Amino acid sequence: MLFDFVFYMFAVIVIVSAMGVVFSKKMMYSAFSLLFTFFGMAGLYVLLSADFVAVTQIMVYVGGILVLIVFGVMLTSKITGVDIKTGTIGKIQLTIGAITSVIVAIILLFTYLNVEWMTSQFQIEVSTTTHFIGFGLFTEYLLPFFVAAILLLVAFIGAAKIARRK
Amino acid sequence: MESLNFVYDLLGKNIVAYILLALLPMAFLLPYALVAILGELKISAWIQERLGPMRTGWKGVLQPIAEVVKLLQKEDITPAAVNKPLFNLAPFVMFAGAYAAYAVIPFSSKFVPVNINIGLFYVFAISAFGVIAIVMGGWASNNKYSLLGAMRAAAQMISYEIPIAVAILAIATLAGSLDMQEIIYKQGGGFWNWNIFGGPGAITKIWVIPFTVTLFLIYFIGSLAETNRVPFDIPEGESEIVAGYHTEYSGMKFAMFFFAEYSNMFIVSAIITILFLGGWQSPFGNFLNGPVWQAFWFVSKAMLFVFLQIWLRWTLPRLRVDQLMYVTWKVMLPIAFVAFFAVALWAMIQ
Repeated sequence: MLFDFVFYMFAVIVIVSAMGVVFSKKMMYSAFSLLFTFFGMAGLYVLLSADFVAVTQIMVYVGGILVLIVFGVMLTSKITGVDIKTGTIGKIQLTIGAITSVIVAIILLFTYLNVEWMTSQFQIEVSTTTHFIGFGLFTEYLLPFFVAAILLLVAFIGAAKIARRK
Repeated sequence: MESLNFVYDLLGKNIVAYILLALLPMAFLLPYALVAILGELKISAWIQERLGPMRTGWKGVLQPIAEVVKLLQKEDITPAAVNKPLFNLAPFVMFAGAYAAYAVIPFSSKFVPVNINIGLFYVFAISAFGVIAIVMGGWASNNKYSLLGAMRAAAQMISYEIPIAVAILAIATLAGSLDMQEIIYKQGGGFWNWNIFGGPGAITKIWVIPFTVTLFLIYFIGSLAETNRVPFDIPEGESEIVAGYHTEYSGMKFAMFFFAEYSNMFIVSAIITILFLGGWQSPFGNFLNGPVWQAFWFVSKAMLFVFLQIWLRWTLPRLRVDQLMYVTWKVMLPIAFVAFFAVALWAMIQ
């Protein structure tokens, strides 16, 4: 009962704030609504016993990406002098957007209803997920892990290069 | 496994127990904030050879209560040009982030609100809410000083997170866990087994002690920057940008920023205690190591660091922005990496 209550609470947080992200007229409101979307998603991960993913979600998205987005919005509107706003789009874009969304929604609903989902019957209390994640990263998923690491290093060096050029 | 929580022993696992657990840290936090405010007033006075507040109560001990009442009854001014929703929301996000960290702080072996196995990582991640709240408040204030303060705060907190993360990682490697209770259990049996002295182990651990002490210092310096305390208080440097991100706040909303800052001070002190000084473990092994004594040891150790932070605030000058970035990226980070490798090597050969 409590589980359901908490699930619906987080689901409402996610959906309402996600709508806030999309429908806000001001870019800054969208950015800050994203905070609650990330928070709600982290809550949902916890309910799925993926505590490590949940905390990583907060760490990476709230602590890193959201701050970056907010900085980007703050700085660009100050530099270019243009107040970044969403809204007022042309009729053509609106039509194309609406059609695409309807098609995607139909495809998603169709898959949801027709695919036989493999739901695992995991009822074991997982005491620590970090062990499994660590072993997974350094055995089975070693190559993707290292490719991601190198990609990040390249991005890091590139950022430093751009920042130094004056 | 025995219960980790006296509340569950008393009430069982039900909704009342959960709500009580969520409120208990607050019962600690309110008196703590009063003590810390008094400490700030009195210690600053002693350092500057003044008397400090003397009129409210005996030697001015009731001064923090007067301050709180003053803040509560102050008019809540919302400047006309601010962005109202975000301006009002920011103090709440700030305090929610600060209070959420208490969910995993183990005060004693019998009391930790929630014992999750990645507690350390959780505390570290949840501090991100503080950054967002500061940026939110600074931007919404529509004041150039607030905005500058917010930008400085965000840049500083994000930069200092990295050496801190390396220090935390090193201790997690040493203890083999991210679970705070487990890290503390492993440091049992006298102060010689604390992680600042290389954790439990044979006498050969002596060569690793300089590295753990280095990590301890790095964490402490980084934690000063995380809580925006002197010498890293450039986000609110009075002589440059009025009061930084909370320039436009007054009354209750300012009090919430203030309260969150003090609660963050305790959080970083608590984490440093858990990581390096054995958490609630008594310094004398099993002597005086009952659950209530453990809470006493934990709070005293953490308060020692709160005192240190206050002491430093009134002793050191403020760094410049470029010096601040220099210290974290070019000094602390390389040293932290070297110490991390040494500690990891020790953890491997052990």
